[in-house]
Amino acid sequence: MATFQLNVNGQSKQVNVDPSTPLLWVLREELKMTGTKYGCGISACGACTVHVDGIATRSCVVPVSLIGDRAIVTIEGIGQDPIGHAVQEAWIEKDVVQCGYCQSGQIMSAVALLKAKAKPTDTNIEESMGGNLCRCATYVRIREAIKSAAGQI
Amino acid sequence: MWVNHRLLLPVFLLMLVMFVTCVALSTQAGKEIMDKTSAADLKFADGLGAWEQVYSVLTSPRCINCHTATTYPQQGDDRHRHFANVIRGPAGKGVPGLNCVSCHQSENADSTGVPGGPNWHLAPLSMRWQDTNDRPLSSGVVCRALVDRSRNNGLNAPGLLKHHEEEPLVLWAWNPGRRPDGTMRTLPPLTHAEFVAATRTWVDAGTPCPSAK
Repeated sequence: MATFQLNVNGQSKQVNVDPSTPLLWVLREELKMTGTKYGCGISACGACTVHVDGIATRSCVVPVSLIGDRAIVTIEGIGQDPIGHAVQEAWIEKDVVQCGYCQSGQIMSAVALLKAKAKPTDTNIEESMGGNLCRCATYVRIREAIKSAAGQI
Repeated sequence: MWVNHRLLLPVFLLMLVMFVTCVALSTQAGKEIMDKTSAADLKFADGLGAWEQVYSVLTSPRCINCHTATTYPQQGDDRHRHFANVIRGPAGKGVPGLNCVSCHQSENADSTGVPGGPNWHLAPLSMRWQDTNDRPLSSGVVCRALVDRSRNNGLNAPGLLKHHEEEPLVLWAWNPGRRPDGTMRTLPPLTHAEFVAATRTWVDAGTPCPSAK
């Protein structure tokens, strides 16, 4: 076990965990921030996506020991960001969500895309969102919502 | 006439000595040239042999999986396409939302089986060592690409040696970490020290490349 000081959504959090623990389980089990979801556990589905220093990161495969002092932003904090807020509003406007399980990861990846490319093309969206799976197949509405959010930014 | 006949023998002997001397000297010079040529040939041959050793490492999965000619990296000893729709992106680092560093951190994550190293990324397309059907390019083609400074990020021969000696992602190939099932990833066919020694021999020989296609 080791103690780690984490910067999560702008707040300092201290956890005492095994260094090999994936960030996802530190968020969910130690910090009780359950908005970030466990999907596949091998970074194949994107449900666990958070931002680490602005980079969309699959928290299920990153040991907490490799986070260091980098800033973590989760679905619980992304609404504080103007682009994050615009994406969440667009998600509501387009009624994207079906079961909703993958959607926090979808939103985190969409925000990362829009921060890098304000007016993404369909190809940009397909490429950037290609690592986020949705078993309810909400892909068309996700694309519409990203374009809608882009129009609001 | 008598005088002339008396001179004939010494003159003949003198000419004979001169001829023999010339033959001896020219043979010696020829031998020296031959020796030098043989040494150059030997060095060239050693260089080519060393290059083949270098090539065996470059085309091993730990190296060639990120030297693709396609829009995606590969993974595994069977060099299959990287899972999860990972793509190359404009700078070989993936795309926003799905960067290489979305999973690959600055070091191996053995608890989750994800390899990592500083600035994890794909080699540029100019340094592709495969064709678009994921077949390794020939030894000669890879060699000529490697020494082409318009394609290799401007590295001269000592620069190539330094790259093989020190580049963190090159070094990663000999510390590739564990697979998700906990087993160790396979290593290149040479040790890093052998790889560097082979590169040095190849560089010292003038970076010769096989002439075949």
